[in-house]
Amino acid sequence: MLHIKCPYCGMRSQNEFSYGGDASVKRPELNKEISDEEWDNFVYNRKSLRGKHLELWQHLSGCRQWIKVERDTTTHEIFNTYKADEEIS
Amino acid sequence: MQKYSIFNLVKNAFSNHENWDLAWKDPAPKEEYDVVIIGGGGHGLATAYYLAKEHNITKVAIIEKGWIGGGNVGRNTTIIRSNYMHDENALFSEFGMNLWRKMSQDLNYNVMFSPRGIINLAHSDAQMNAYARRGNSMRLNGIDAVLLNREQVKEIIPMADFSENVRFPIFGGLMQPSAGTARHDAVAWGYARQADSMGVDIIQNCEVTGFDVTAGKINGIRTSRGNIKTKKVGLCVAGSTNILAEKLNMTLPIETHLLQACVSEPVKPILDRVVTFGAGHFYISQSDKGEMVMGGDLDGYNSYAQRGNLPTLQHVLTEGIAMMPFLSKLKMLRTWGGIMDMSMDGSPIIDKTHIDGLYLNCGWCYGGFKATPASGWTFAHTIAQDRVHELNAGFSLNRFSTGHLIDEKGLGTKTWIS
Repeated sequence: MLHIKCPYCGMRSQNEFSYGGDASVKRPELNKEISDEEWDNFVYNRKSLRGKHLELWQHLSGCRQWIKVERDTTTHEIFNTYKADEEIS
Repeated sequence: MQKYSIFNLVKNAFSNHENWDLAWKDPAPKEEYDVVIIGGGGHGLATAYYLAKEHNITKVAIIEKGWIGGGNVGRNTTIIRSNYMHDENALFSEFGMNLWRKMSQDLNYNVMFSPRGIINLAHSDAQMNAYARRGNSMRLNGIDAVLLNREQVKEIIPMADFSENVRFPIFGGLMQPSAGTARHDAVAWGYARQADSMGVDIIQNCEVTGFDVTAGKINGIRTSRGNIKTKKVGLCVAGSTNILAEKLNMTLPIETHLLQACVSEPVKPILDRVVTFGAGHFYISQSDKGEMVMGGDLDGYNSYAQRGNLPTLQHVLTEGIAMMPFLSKLKMLRTWGGIMDMSMDGSPIIDKTHIDGLYLNCGWCYGGFKATPASGWTFAHTIAQDRVHELNAGFSLNRFSTGHLIDEKGLGTKTWIS
């Protein structure tokens, strides 16, 4: 069982959360010329890192906020959690 | 190679079975090969076998980081089927069914193929309609499909819950009578033994650390046991595809996720089919040892852990008990996990790449075991002829750019919910 610290609600069980995938994926900016390759990278191509992985989760059965979680994909250790709009240094 | 036969069995009995040949050798890597297959799982071993058998290419090495058959071919729930709706998947899988049917004879190795039939249960009128459509599509592609009503299903699997007041009543089901199971380890060992006998080098405990690519062409690979020169490299590494792709500066439409399976304690024969729950994701069959073999959803987040988490297992088994209440009385014998190369449309990729001499075989999601012979056959063709076969033409890497997705479930790119 993973325990995820929601930045709004505190430490909660994994059962309250829903997964949202790789958080490092950026949507291409709309007001400039976008190549097919950029769209492919946004929609389909993923690094699927082994080790530290920044990902989106939603606290679905809690505050319903989207959050970012930094988790190890091999050990499942969670290093840090952030609000969705938080800048990560 | 010593043939496995009743005659040889009797003959070796006189020497207490101490003089059987090794099933395959343990060679050191040579300096150069015509083809190097990375990954000694079912697909890699099958590819090497068909390269030797169908294309007469025997200067082949299989490079395996651990031991052969130690990954997903040794971790699956052994189900073999071709009940797909889309042409690409249906024709490819049905070609594989024909290879399964003669595999034991072909490999001189008993893979215990058991065409016991698979039943996908339906729990609503809408689902019955969807199954009728899928069944019709299957039959148009020459695959056997039978739509069963509630009474017919009850006759075949009376131990399922047919009471009136259940949340997901059984309306009927779609059955593929020719689907079934096989002894998974035997598939890996059978291919390995035959490939080895035709001259393929099976190199275990050898990790690939890098690739030698110059001017868009592959020239060799670097491994923990030295450099190997080759003009053709085939990747068959399932859940580790992204790790090797990173060494090639490739980003692929694949994510690695964890899938669990489990078996109960062995019990007397009760279930002689493969059955799937239609209101969730749960499938079950009974092994020859009597264990109930069960599986279901992914753990639901990117993972390379090869070990699972209990919430998913609880969720999956809740579905199992809803479908077949007697399961609640069984004790769990064993659970395990493996890492899946989940593609963005749920269908595989068997293709050439932008690097000359590098071939890709991945994206099997959790349907890789049944595809073993067809995957090996078509991948061997793709490598040997340097062009795709019509059976795997649809499984191209660029279909994600061109929009020719083969999305069997219509789920889109959320690999973790498929």
